[in-house]
Amino acid sequence: MTAYLLKGVSVVGGSPTDLIIRDGVISSDRSGALEEIDAAGLVALPGLVDLHTHLREPGREDAETVETGSRAAALGGYTAVCAMANTSPVADTAGVVEQVWRLGREAGLVDVQPIGAVTVGLAGKQLAELGAMATSAANVRIFSDDGFCVADPRLMRRALEYVKAFDGIIAQHAEEPRLTEGAQMHEGEVSTRLGLTGWPAVAEEAIIARDVLLAEHVGSRLHVCHVSTAGSVEVLRQAKARGVLVTAEVTPHHLLLTDELAASYDPVFKVNPPLRTAGDVAALREALVEGVIDVVATDHAPHAVEDKECEWAYARPGMLGLETALSIVLSVLGDRWDLIADRMSRTPARIARLAGHGTDLAVGSPANLTLVDPSARRVVDPAELASRSRNTPYSGTTLPGRIVATFLRGEPTVLDGKAVK
Amino acid sequence: MIKHLRSAADLDAATATLILDTAAEMAALAGREVKKLPTLRGRTVVNLFYEDSTRTRISFEAAAKRLSADVINFSAKGSSVSKGESLKDTALTLQAMGADAVVIRHSASGAPHRLASWVDGSVINAGDGTHEHPTQALLDAYTMRSRLGRLDGLKVAIVGDVLHSRVARSNVLLLTTLGAEITLVGPPTLIPVDIAAALSPTELAGSASLRGDRLVTGEKALGLPASANPADDGKPSAFSPAAITKVSYDLDSVLPVMDVVMMLRVQTERMQDSYFPSAREYSRRYGLDVARMRKLPEHAIVMHPGPMNRGMEIAPEVADSSRSTIVEQVANGVSARMAVLYLLLGGKA
Repeated sequence: MTAYLLKGVSVVGGSPTDLIIRDGVISSDRSGALEEIDAAGLVALPGLVDLHTHLREPGREDAETVETGSRAAALGGYTAVCAMANTSPVADTAGVVEQVWRLGREAGLVDVQPIGAVTVGLAGKQLAELGAMATSAANVRIFSDDGFCVADPRLMRRALEYVKAFDGIIAQHAEEPRLTEGAQMHEGEVSTRLGLTGWPAVAEEAIIARDVLLAEHVGSRLHVCHVSTAGSVEVLRQAKARGVLVTAEVTPHHLLLTDELAASYDPVFKVNPPLRTAGDVAALREALVEGVIDVVATDHAPHAVEDKECEWAYARPGMLGLETALSIVLSVLGDRWDLIADRMSRTPARIARLAGHGTDLAVGSPANLTLVDPSARRVVDPAELASRSRNTPYSGTTLPGRIVATFLRGEPTVLDGKAVK
Repeated sequence: MIKHLRSAADLDAATATLILDTAAEMAALAGREVKKLPTLRGRTVVNLFYEDSTRTRISFEAAAKRLSADVINFSAKGSSVSKGESLKDTALTLQAMGADAVVIRHSASGAPHRLASWVDGSVINAGDGTHEHPTQALLDAYTMRSRLGRLDGLKVAIVGDVLHSRVARSNVLLLTTLGAEITLVGPPTLIPVDIAAALSPTELAGSASLRGDRLVTGEKALGLPASANPADDGKPSAFSPAAITKVSYDLDSVLPVMDVVMMLRVQTERMQDSYFPSAREYSRRYGLDVARMRKLPEHAIVMHPGPMNRGMEIAPEVADSSRSTIVEQVANGVSARMAVLYLLLGGKA
């Protein structure tokens, strides 16, 4: 195993120092051959952890595979991703989650942690075998019907309660389905103008309000996926103040983009939950800094060309995220490295119960880390992305920051800005 | 001249006026024995209809033929995605056939915008989902101007299912551009929530009892923003200034001051989705019957884009009255569409 010396690196924004990576851990041992990397001006962060990734395998390997998604993740600075359950077949059995987990191991670029479905087939009718997934080789701790809301309050209550037995957490896609039938974009001035059926903010807020009360009632952990509205932030703020065990994520795109982009009718901007208003974006940014929102999660959602090159209403919702997330967060938060490490690595690793991830880069810690060049600028070219899909909303945009290298347990997955395999 | 007509927001006042003036010249042609101009000889106009709409298709077909264009009717019923070729592939096919203009009717809002990114010819929106129907607005404006002599300062009530109406959206944009003053009227469930929510219950209670010229004091002036006008590179450009639109939930109170009442078609299916309790209740509260028509000023006209639900949003006696412009609107539709095709395809005014 090659040992590395990162020379003059700024660890999470600190003063320049040397970091040695040896035998999979951060080391102080300078003996023997060291592969030296000039890291002057570069920032080392604990490897990023994504709580919300769609890898599409099994089922839609034309849009993404575990391998291509893993490569995109590594290039984005990630060392672990949580793979959502809405594959085909759905990851609602130990067999499917183990398959995804094994594919992740074989790709060997990031730790792929499968998320299990809450209900059989994501149908919202009957609990999936959550315990079997928890005790499988995939060791599932996060359960989510993402793409669909666990709308039935009784089923949601049971799910929240049931996973306590194995320290699980329910990650809710908060969307009251009756309020969003046929919805195409955020309901407001722009949807009125564009004649697209509205997705009202209240459809998200009502479910979050209900779920924090349920989680409080049964004393369970609740995680809220892709929070998108100022009203949701208020509900979460109050729940947290009462001590409810709720955590929440926001996507990079909800921190940057607004519903005005739908005016082009280009479905690359169609996403669920939809892009909201500038006021929502401001509230989400504030909540992220404050900690009311705990985590940035990508909701990386690859889609085949034909699913986006069509009429808005027929297009599938979702955007790529893994390869641009850190740049977006940098442009939103600036160089507040400790905050970034917290929202993109430490906290998501803690929520997902991922041992060995999100740990500080101290001697003896697992060498899961990424090296960022904050002064670099790049223009996003969809053709250059490692993802198998091209549906990035940032095409042609100049973004700050570039991932120079990523290490997974001491082995480089990215060097010189290129994936090693 | 603009290249595409995707939204009424594509038209500034000068362009809109030019179209209306040209439509007047085209209308004069209709009185002649030979109703045909050679202007678009050798040009190809494709009517690409994903929704059944005999009246609009025939109107466009007649307009193109009177200008001597070759017309291809391409009826693609049902969903393009689930039942066959994608819109993009159809667009590339039309492109290969050398279509100079594609007139598109589609159930998906924004389909003309997508189409315009795939073909070189002009795209004319003949109704897209719940978004817009700009040539309907042009023929409506033309009809108002012919009957009332002007558009600037006209008070126009648009009544009914504003939420789902492409006719309403295009009319709000075009008529506001041309200086008319719009009041949207309907049950709150059928007024877009961003407009309706800005009215507080107190103001509503007030507006219900107000009559005549005091009306405006009981209502709030609201901005319905002008439609997006994305540039050809696909990025949204600056939006035109917000139009000022008023809202009322009380048809009786607005009628005495109106120059024009435009009744929108209300689909009875809406009551299954609880937008209103029953067709009868809708009709009682928002239907234009003879008693209500009498509240209008002497000169006021009654419009309907068709097809009508007689007895629902409009009483037969009203539809057939001398105030009604419904049949005229159909005739004017051909002239307005001729003007649009003529100008978009490079004819000189």
